Amino acid sequence: MTGQLSPPARVLITKIGLDGHDRGSRIVAAFLRDAGMEVIYTPPWQSIPAVVKLAMEEDVDVIGVSSLATDHLIVPKLMAALREAGFGHIGLVVGGIVPEDERPALIESGVSAIFGPGSARDHIIDHVATLAAEVRAVKDAALREIAQ
Amino acid sequence: MSKEAVQLALPGFEQAQGRWRAEYNGQIGTDRVVRNRSRIEIRPLYTPRDWSGEAFLDGLGFPGQYPFTRGIYPTMHRGRTWTQRQLIGLGTPEDYNTRVRILLDAGATAISLLPCNSGFRGVDCDEVDPVLLGTCGTVINTADHMDRALDGVPLGSISTAMNDPSPFTLLAFLLAVAKRRGIPWTAITGTSNQSDYLSHFIANHMFYRLSLPGARRVLLDHVEFCRRHVPGWNPVSVVGQHMQQAGATPVETMAFTLSTALQYAQDCIDRGMDIDVVLRRFTFFFDISISFFEEVAKFRAGRRIWARLARERLGAKDPASWRFKFHGQTSGVDLTEQQPLNNIARVAVQAMAGIMSGLQSLHTDAYDEAITTPTEETARIAVATQNILREEAHLCDVIDPLGGSYYVETLTDQMEAEIEALIGKIDAAGGMYKAAEAGLVQSMIGESALAFQDRIETGEEKVVGVNCYQDDNGAFRARPTERPDPPRMSEHVARFKVYKAERSQAGVRRALDALKRAANSERDNVYERIVEAAEAGVTHGEIVSLLRQELGFGHPLVVV
Repeated sequence: MTGQLSPPARVLITKIGLDGHDRGSRIVAAFLRDAGMEVIYTPPWQSIPAVVKLAMEEDVDVIGVSSLATDHLIVPKLMAALREAGFGHIGLVVGGIVPEDERPALIESGVSAIFGPGSARDHIIDHVATLAAEVRAVKDAALREIAQ
Repeated sequence: MSKEAVQLALPGFEQAQGRWRAEYNGQIGTDRVVRNRSRIEIRPLYTPRDWSGEAFLDGLGFPGQYPFTRGIYPTMHRGRTWTQRQLIGLGTPEDYNTRVRILLDAGATAISLLPCNSGFRGVDCDEVDPVLLGTCGTVINTADHMDRALDGVPLGSISTAMNDPSPFTLLAFLLAVAKRRGIPWTAITGTSNQSDYLSHFIANHMFYRLSLPGARRVLLDHVEFCRRHVPGWNPVSVVGQHMQQAGATPVETMAFTLSTALQYAQDCIDRGMDIDVVLRRFTFFFDISISFFEEVAKFRAGRRIWARLARERLGAKDPASWRFKFHGQTSGVDLTEQQPLNNIARVAVQAMAGIMSGLQSLHTDAYDEAITTPTEETARIAVATQNILREEAHLCDVIDPLGGSYYVETLTDQMEAEIEALIGKIDAAGGMYKAAEAGLVQSMIGESALAFQDRIETGEEKVVGVNCYQDDNGAFRARPTERPDPPRMSEHVARFKVYKAERSQAGVRRALDALKRAANSERDNVYERIVEAAEAGVTHGEIVSLLRQELGFGHPLVVV
């Protein structure tokens, strides 16, 4: 695994939209927690404003959205809402079922990675850790700027 | 079964077995420990010392006879094969109608209806992001929508499976349509196959409607209403599928499902209903994984345990009440995104396990299930898989074809013992309602899901294309995803808004007032008022919203 952040990476694992299949999000939350990250976990069916609010309040580095039944279609709207709230620097990853032809729209909107079924645990952990470190560096730089 | 019972006189058995054991040990070197998904240790060979058939009548008996281990009907698939029941639902009611007419023209005798996820969340189409509408099911919010979806469908002569969670508005709309068309409700047949609110609460897929006590009340009112007015309808389908999809092992799934069935049956008894009238209409709905023999043992054990529970514990007298009727759906969790055409082979094996277990109806998954919402082409292959298994493979020639196998019978007995032990645990927790409310079942399922994933990560559990035989995936290109036509969907939503503005507002208010009064009076039947509301033009979202207000909002329990 890539170097541990201190304090540890903070990751919000959530599901937005209408579907409730949460086996994947629960497993990934446990993986990241066991890898030493601080995981904030929500039940399914969160609204986009609720996720933005929680991400801000919990000062998360990365949001992981799980989508098994077409909810990925509104992920670009989550990204836009984060930007609008001034939190566009938060990393966003998606896990679950995203058809090939609908992936580009997510990546273009700013999603850092999409983990389909069968993704390896270590691959997910490594990516989230790296992404969190990048986000943390951006946040720290911004804080230093404010302090000066 | 006791070991004493299986000591058949088999001259020379011990010597032959000893010789085999020596040769086996010599050739295999260090043998690995094999366990199935339920973590039962599987030995390399089974013999009459494991299962002798001496307790044949008590343990197996004949098809159609107690304890029904070999099947619930005398003729099973030799007489009538399973019902091919593919789950369909997409887009607007008109889109659904086009699809269902094609199926009927092709000779289908049973149809199913899967509502849009917005329906599962208890809201109407004008309350959610339009981009999500109709992507996973059909948008049906009113009796008018149902009328359009079932245009030209002969309601009185076709069985309908409604994926209709509490508070069962789809059936209410269906009954309203039947009345309009002059079809008596006594001619309506089918199943509310998402009536199991406990499984929804536990596995989350479908849940998010009413509080647990509210859902309990509505289910009982629904059962009572159907018993009185729609006697050909199966109001209770106990669903193991969600729990196994969420990670429960086959043993856990069967135990939790039977515990749920016990809970509903007991609730009906406590309501004063005649158990024999109620149980004959119970059905079950399960996932079929690719762990072939384990699935066969799961279903055979489940059939036997249920017969015993129904007769001895619930006191049902009519043999029809002891029959464990089940629908099977091949497991989507076993399907892979990698090398997706391989999934056709997986689905065939899963379907064979279900067929050889004697299921009553079957849904086979499309091979692109792990990639997208199935297209017409992939859905056609899923149906063809069933046709090939039924017509070409000679699976239907013999009833319970795996019965009598030393392995299958031993495993059936072992699974039975473990399932019963787990039912005992749920009993000790106060029954399934309390066990679910306390999160006990959810944590067990969560642990099993994580343990299974760990075994995939370590390679102990092999998945072709995922942790072994990985090769270039680039050769496969999925077809473009089929989504509902946006102009057609916005037209549907616009029409819905006009409908709401133009219907008789006084009638809607009266119906909602009556529903509110019923919700607050224990003597009134809530479901009867829901059906009246459907007839008065009240929408799905309005009914759910009122019930949430009066009976409590359902909140998911978070267990990681």
